[in-house]
Amino acid sequence: MSDIAATASAAPPVDVSASLPARLAKGFVGRLVIIVPYLWLLFFFLVPFVIVFKISLSQSAISMPPYTPVLDFSSGWSGFVGKLKQLSFDNYLWLTQDALYFKAYLSSVVIAGISTILTLLVGYPIAYGMARAPATIRPTLLMLVILPFWTSFLIRVYAWIGILKPEGLLNQLLLSLHVISEPLVILNTYTAIFIGIVYSYLPFMVLPLYSSLEKMDYSLIEAAKDLGCPPTSAFWKITFPLSLPGVIAGCLLVFIPAVGEFVIPDLLGGSQTLMIGRTLWNEFFSNRDWPVSSAVAVILLLLLIVPIMIFQQAQARAQEQGK
Amino acid sequence: MIRKALWLSATSVFLALFVPSAQAEDRVVNVYNWSDYIDPTIIDDFTKKTGIKVVYDTFDSNEILETKLLAGGSGYDVVVPSANFLARQIQASVFQKLDKSKLPNISNMWDLIQERTAKYDPGNEYSVNYMWGTVGLGYNIKKVQAALGTDKIDSWDVFFNPDKLAKLKDCGVYVLDSPADVIPAALKYLGLDPNSTSPDDIAKAEEAMLKIRPYIRKFHSSEYINALANGDICMAVGWSGDVFQARNRAQEAKQGVEIGYSVPKEGAQMWFDQMAIPADAKHVAEAHEFLNYMMTPEVIAKSSNVVLYANGNKASQQFVDKALLSDPSVYPDEETVKKLYTVAPYDPKTQRVITRSWTKIVTGQ
Repeated sequence: MSDIAATASAAPPVDVSASLPARLAKGFVGRLVIIVPYLWLLFFFLVPFVIVFKISLSQSAISMPPYTPVLDFSSGWSGFVGKLKQLSFDNYLWLTQDALYFKAYLSSVVIAGISTILTLLVGYPIAYGMARAPATIRPTLLMLVILPFWTSFLIRVYAWIGILKPEGLLNQLLLSLHVISEPLVILNTYTAIFIGIVYSYLPFMVLPLYSSLEKMDYSLIEAAKDLGCPPTSAFWKITFPLSLPGVIAGCLLVFIPAVGEFVIPDLLGGSQTLMIGRTLWNEFFSNRDWPVSSAVAVILLLLLIVPIMIFQQAQARAQEQGK
Repeated sequence: MIRKALWLSATSVFLALFVPSAQAEDRVVNVYNWSDYIDPTIIDDFTKKTGIKVVYDTFDSNEILETKLLAGGSGYDVVVPSANFLARQIQASVFQKLDKSKLPNISNMWDLIQERTAKYDPGNEYSVNYMWGTVGLGYNIKKVQAALGTDKIDSWDVFFNPDKLAKLKDCGVYVLDSPADVIPAALKYLGLDPNSTSPDDIAKAEEAMLKIRPYIRKFHSSEYINALANGDICMAVGWSGDVFQARNRAQEAKQGVEIGYSVPKEGAQMWFDQMAIPADAKHVAEAHEFLNYMMTPEVIAKSSNVVLYANGNKASQQFVDKALLSDPSVYPDEETVKKLYTVAPYDPKTQRVITRSWTKIVTGQ
């Protein structure tokens, strides 16, 4: 606990409060409103990240908490500086020495990538249908997309076990329709993981797609039709490019959490699934090595932050060009 | 006048806020135990008898408990880790020594179990046994009969012999996702010391596991209870009490699923769940009272009768259901007890070798 307090006080909220009176003096409530999300990010993103980063530079130990050094001011300022010097990047080196970690990162990215493409393929027609539906029923359709969120995520994933297992609903249905003669083995395979991820993250894909498709001006399609453009190429030349911001936003919203997904592969996937979420769990709980698992988490974060920043820059550039 | 009335009402609000909390020195004990692991009436009886309120929370894995304890300030007064976890937690100074003078019922404990738990907690200074059991083979009697032509399972051979396990592949085999419970069994089957920490021995165990890996459907530490009970699988390497729970659920469901449990003749690992008091516990006196109450023969027997595990309390055995006491898979006979082994906790270096090896076995890479 003392460690958390020390890290929190070492973080720079001081700078914010120093400029706060000046900002308030300007009397802009708007500025004040902006401060709230910044404070939120500071306390719920930056501070926890600094703590995790600090642990990743420590060494594991049999103690409470299970790592050294613990940063505090119990031995004064010089003691604090002495403890800072004990921090090292050894754990990051360790990650490069065993191919396991690289394989786990790679396989997580591949699984998340395939799931994202599948979610896009399923989500796009849904969003398109919703956007083209009569305006009166659109709110109902939107409601239907959001509705599953009212049930716990965990329960919905458990429900898939009941559907996919050898004696489950799907197999019973297919057997009774004589489509198959032997029960399909779906549970505990990669297929089950893809089904689970596509199902769970579908709303995150549909909603941004819907919002960009709904804004589209359909007179453009009519113009294309008038000029003799067949519907398929009208879709690829007009609809799809115009929905691209929605596609990118939806893909990122699915891809990013799917890389670190733990629950779906654990419940639906087989034991052979190697994902970074599981590796992190093993380091933290089985090996009790908080420093190495923190290092795994930091690398995962960096892995995800790079594509997000590239995307942001591309968007900013596109906006400037648009002006 | 009005001002005085306001002042009076303000004062009374102030008093109302503070006085009850001063009076209410409620005695509380915060207990953190495994899920489905007690007869709930015991908690009510304890509160009736002592006036101490019990806040009872449950967990389902040692790892979760350990993480809370190591982070500090868990807020619990009594926790129930397994002995191999307890040993390491004692090293990390998570627990406080028990005040034996406040635990007169400790004389009821079973010397045989005390001797073995002393391997993890020297002198039993920090903990008392709650329940204990074995790691063995749970199986679906009819399905195993159909696949192997016999329902007599009494050896690890049915699991570690690839030819035999291959026959069970299609009806499904689950294994505990816990290297500390499975690797020693592999070592024992190979005729090696189950306590071995030598990387060569662990590599041999890994090799034995990789040979049978294609026939194992899943590694998981709790799903096998339901999977066995529903008849989804035909065999599981699991903890004794979990298999008995599966057996009872199968009986209640009346779907014709019959579950058996076997303690292999080569020997099986014993595990112990130990009650201990964290060093930062706030209600130490109440925690001792709770521990002492749990060592009352009638009380702990009641718990055993419900959760179907053997307890470490010798004096309680006259109150344990005859059927349970005479069931050799719960209370093994002396011959079998001699073959049961314990495994000392791994040092961090060995732990890393074992976890790495386990990842290779489980994922096949």
